[in-house]
Formats: sequence, C-alpha cells, structure tokens
Amino acid sequence: MAEERRITLINYGKIDPESISDYISAGGYKAAEKALSCKPFDIIEEMSKSSLRGRGGAGFSTGLKKKFTSEACTLCEQKYLVCNADEGEPGTFKDRIIMENDPHRLIEGMIIAAYAIGASKAYIYIRGEYYKSIKRLGKAIHDARQEGFLGSNIFGSSFSTDIEIRLGAGSYLCGEELTMLESLEGKRGYPRIKPPFPAGKGLHGFPTLINNVETLATVPVVIEKGADWYTGMGTEDSPGTKIFTISGDIKKPGFYELELGLTLRELIYDFAGGMKEGVDLKAVLIGGAAGTFVDETVLDTPMGFDTLKEKGAVLGSGAVMVLGHNKSIPGMTQSILEFFEHESCGKCVPCRVGMTQLVRLISSVNENGTGHKNILDEMLTEAEFMAKTSLCPLGQSPVLPLKSLKRYFAGHF
Amino acid sequence: MIEAKEIDFSLYERNPGELIPLLQLVQRESGFLSDESMKRIARFTGVPLSKVYGVATFYSQFRFKPKGEKHIMMCRGTACHVKGAPRIQQEIENHLGIKEGETSDDMKFSLENVACIGACSLAPVVMVNEDVEAKLSPERIKKLFGKSEKKK
Ligand SMILES: Cc1cc2nc3c(=O)[nH]c(=O)nc-3n(C[C@H](O)[C@H](O)[C@H](O)COP(=O)(O)O)c2cc1C
Ligand code: SF4
Ligand code: FES
Repeated sequence: MAEERRITLINYGKIDPESISDYISAGGYKAAEKALSCKPFDIIEEMSKSSLRGRGGAGFSTGLKKKFTSEACTLCEQKYLVCNADEGEPGTFKDRIIMENDPHRLIEGMIIAAYAIGASKAYIYIRGEYYKSIKRLGKAIHDARQEGFLGSNIFGSSFSTDIEIRLGAGSYLCGEELTMLESLEGKRGYPRIKPPFPAGKGLHGFPTLINNVETLATVPVVIEKGADWYTGMGTEDSPGTKIFTISGDIKKPGFYELELGLTLRELIYDFAGGMKEGVDLKAVLIGGAAGTFVDETVLDTPMGFDTLKEKGAVLGSGAVMVLGHNKSIPGMTQSILEFFEHESCGKCVPCRVGMTQLVRLISSVNENGTGHKNILDEMLTEAEFMAKTSLCPLGQSPVLPLKSLKRYFAGHF
Repeated sequence: MIEAKEIDFSLYERNPGELIPLLQLVQRESGFLSDESMKRIARFTGVPLSKVYGVATFYSQFRFKPKGEKHIMMCRGTACHVKGAPRIQQEIENHLGIKEGETSDDMKFSLENVACIGACSLAPVVMVNEDVEAKLSPERIKKLFGKSEKKK
C-alpha cells in the first residue's frame, strides 16, 4: 500500500503554527537564506528543472511563469508577487490546511519567489471567510518582519520585499488571476481580457507573478533539496506530491498529501477508508465544480495532469468528491450549474444567458424525472457555444463537467 | 460594534486601491455599511460615491442592513449539497422563521447562503459568526440555535 508523503505539509501537527522559533528549529527559513545567496536566474533555473506545475488548477509550469515575469523588463520600477489564496473551488481546502498549520512555509516560499522575479511588494489575496488562516498569517508576517526575514535588506542582502494581506469579498470569480488583479486595484471583480498576460502587464500595469498557495509553499523544499530530488517523486509529466482533499460518501474524508501517479482507487480505499457502510460507488467528481465526473472505469488510472486528460478528466485543484449509488447525477449537475449561474459576473451575454439556460434545462430533468433524450446534447451545445464566445474562463467552465457526463453518465439523463 | 463614524482610518492610504479594505474594515467594526459610512469612504479615498456603491454591491460579502447577533452562513457548496445541505437549510429556516437573506425581528439571527467555505470534510456545515459548525443534523440545529425561536 502506498504511503502518505508529506513534503509541503512536512510540519503538519509537528510545530506550533504561531511560533516562528518552532518553524526555524524545524529548519525553516534556511531555503530562503540559501536562495538569497544565489543569483535570481539560478532560482528560476532550479524551479524550471523541478517541473513543478501550478497547484491552483491549470497546472502551468512554475519555472516558466517566473521566467516570463522576471524577463518582462529589467529596469521597471516595480514588480509584484501575488499569492492566490482565494480558495473557492467547491471541495477544495488544501490551501487552508497549509495556511492554518504552517503559515511560515508560505511566507518563505513567497520570499524566494519574490527574490527570483525581483518583486519588492507581495500580496496574499485570501478568502474572507478563512478567519483562522488570516489570523495566523497576520501573526506570521509580523514575526517574520521582527526577525528581519521581511522588510529591508533581508538576510543582510540588498533585497527588500514585504507582504500585505488582502481579503476577498465573496466572489468565486476573483480567484481567477486577472480578476483578482482588478479586485486588488479596488474595482469590481470583472475579468480582464488576455493578453496582455500578468507576467508582462499585471497589477497597476506592472509585471506580476501570480501563484497558488500550495505552489508557493512547495518552493522552499525544492530549493532546499534540489530539483533532482523533487522529480524523483510523482510521474514524469506530473512530478512531486499533491494535496488531495476528499469528501462525500467515504469513511475518512479529509486531506492527504500523496505522490502524483497514485490511483483514485488507492486514494479512496487505502487512504479515505473506502465507501461508507452499505454504499456503493457511483461517481467521482474530480477538480470541483469546474471539474469532471468519472465512473469506476477510471479508478485505476494514475493521477497526473496529462494521464487524466486522456480519460477526459482533470486533476484541477485536487478536490475529490465521492458519490454513492443513492446520489442523483442530475441533482449534482444542477448544484454545480446553479453555482456557476450564481458566480457569473454577467459582463458578457453568452455566459449570463447561457448559465440561466443550462440551469433551466437541468431543472427540467430533475423535475420530470428524466428529460427528453437529447437534453444532455442540448446542454453541451449550449456550453460549447459559451466556451467559444465567453470573455473569461468561468464561461468556459460548464463544458468540462458536461462533457464528462456525456462520456460516463449519459444514461442518467 | 462601533459607530461607523468613529472607526479609525488612519492606517489606510487615501487612494482608490484602499477602497475594498476600507469597506471591509467598516463592515467588520460596525456590522454593515450605512449610507453615512459609504459617504465617508468616498470622501477618504476620492472615489465617487456612485462607484463606491458600484463596487460594494458587486461583492456578495457586503451588507447594507445590520445583521443578527448570530450571523449564519449556510454552505451551499457541492460537497455540502451531497451531504444534504438543502434539507439542513429548510430546517434552519423553519426553526428560526427567517429565510436566506433575512434577519429576525429581534435581531438575534440572520441567514445568508455562501459557496464552499473549505470545510467539506465536515459537511454539511454552517458558519456562525467566525466559527464553523460541522456535521449538521436537525438535532444539532436545535441545540445550536436554542428551542424554537420562531417569531415572525
Ligand atoms: C473561475 C476561476 C476561479 C479560480 N479560483 C482559483 C482559486 O481559488 N485559487 C487558485 O489558486 N487558483 C484559482 N484559479 C486559477 C487561477 O486563475 C490561476 O491559474 C492560478 O492562481 C495560478 O497559480 P498556479 O500557477 O500556482 O496554479 C481560478 C480560475 C478560474 C477561471
Ligand atoms: S464569461 Fe461569465 S464570468 Fe466571465 S466575464 Fe463573461 S459573464 Fe463574467
Ligand atoms: S462544500 Fe460546504 S464546505 Fe465545501
């Protein structure tokens, strides 16, 4: 049986999250000190070699992103680092676990990332409802400043940076990176049009690196132990570990940090204790609302960004929701579509109208038992049109779960 | 709770980028955003009042009416849905005699629906002020909110 491999969560339960001296005794801030004695270019090289892929959902190469931001201009007066802590994908709570239990690890990762790209100012944009995380991060930032790890001339070097916490205000869409920048500038959370990409023109028009909490909290260990060590874990296309959060009809819901490449079967049966008594597995929703439904035929597929894609599924944020035989697939679908409808900002017509239309169609299925037999196709056509014509990734989201439903659960509509 | 006009803005810069943090400060300290406090924020940041309203009404977190002593945020996320959130919501509404978005007449309770709050392994959940109440059942609701408070 596979074992949990705590790399990012290595300090979980072992240190007092509110004590910086605990973190330091456990080897903390060594990686940042090491990083600041290297050239920024070398840090970016090491990150690229590690092939660490973004943990916020899209799986983009972390090294490349740093490279683009770093090279955007050499003489610009300002660059920014933004940590995406707006965790809002249903079923996902890995970032909260990191921030509540080891806030200094995130701060250390941010110091290294800020140094690599040359950002003198960093923000953490965090879910407003994450009260405990906010308190702990606030204290951690304060203590790190006292120790001279944040502020001017960090570790006696010429590098200076500081971190400010900003609270989200209850919009899922603000988790999308460009929308987050709008919100940070004090505006409504309407998305921006890409390009320009934030690496070139981000916050207040300056080059900005945006990374997820889990991505940044993994940076220190990669710098400390090296890219070769890191790529020794996981699979070729998806190296390292991932924190999965599992919920639904299983015995032991919770979070598990595991090497990528493990199977759903291992996650559900070896770690999460298997299905609840008397309940058979019907479906698994991977990646949250903007994720995909699969059935038991995918249980033995190694989980990685690319292997899952072949099965028409996504890894996304690592949220895994397990549905027992007594759960209604159209009922779940409605819950997801209503969520999207609610979170659509309404700026563009295809998304605003399309979401309402999708909810109307799925409600008709749920009210009448079954819809007419083409209803899933009708919904897919609508969602595909939305994906092509919407302004931002939210309008492109419903097509993912709907496609997977067509592939695995067409008989349920 | 402090009166909005007494809240100290001195730690904030007078620029539009501080708009959302200031709205959050006022709501945190005084519970909601009154017309008066919106005007004060507009003057302080130099953002036109209409735009201050535009931003505040866009974000679901902001409230323009006082909330109850116990502000209940009902999670309507997918994981809580699987674990029976709709039934729990019914139960809370019946028990307190208020619906989502309302505050009870005696100002004791207010109810609001929110999306996933990252406590999915404890589903179904609500947040009461700053605390997560986990694994809800009809019995737990009675315990949490006292015997029938039904008054409308
Ligand atoms: C609607 C929407 C919501 C998103 N929400 C989040 C979120 O809560 N947290 C997050 O890290 N990324 C979220 N993302 C992804 C971000 O846009 C972005 O890809 C990510 O922050 C990049 O960080 P990474 O490269 O470290 O993964 C969201 C994307 C979309 C389209
Ligand atoms: S696709 Fe939807 S969420 Fe995105 S800008 Fe258009 S209306 Fe807003
Ligand atoms: S779905 Fe309710 S806490 Fe995540």
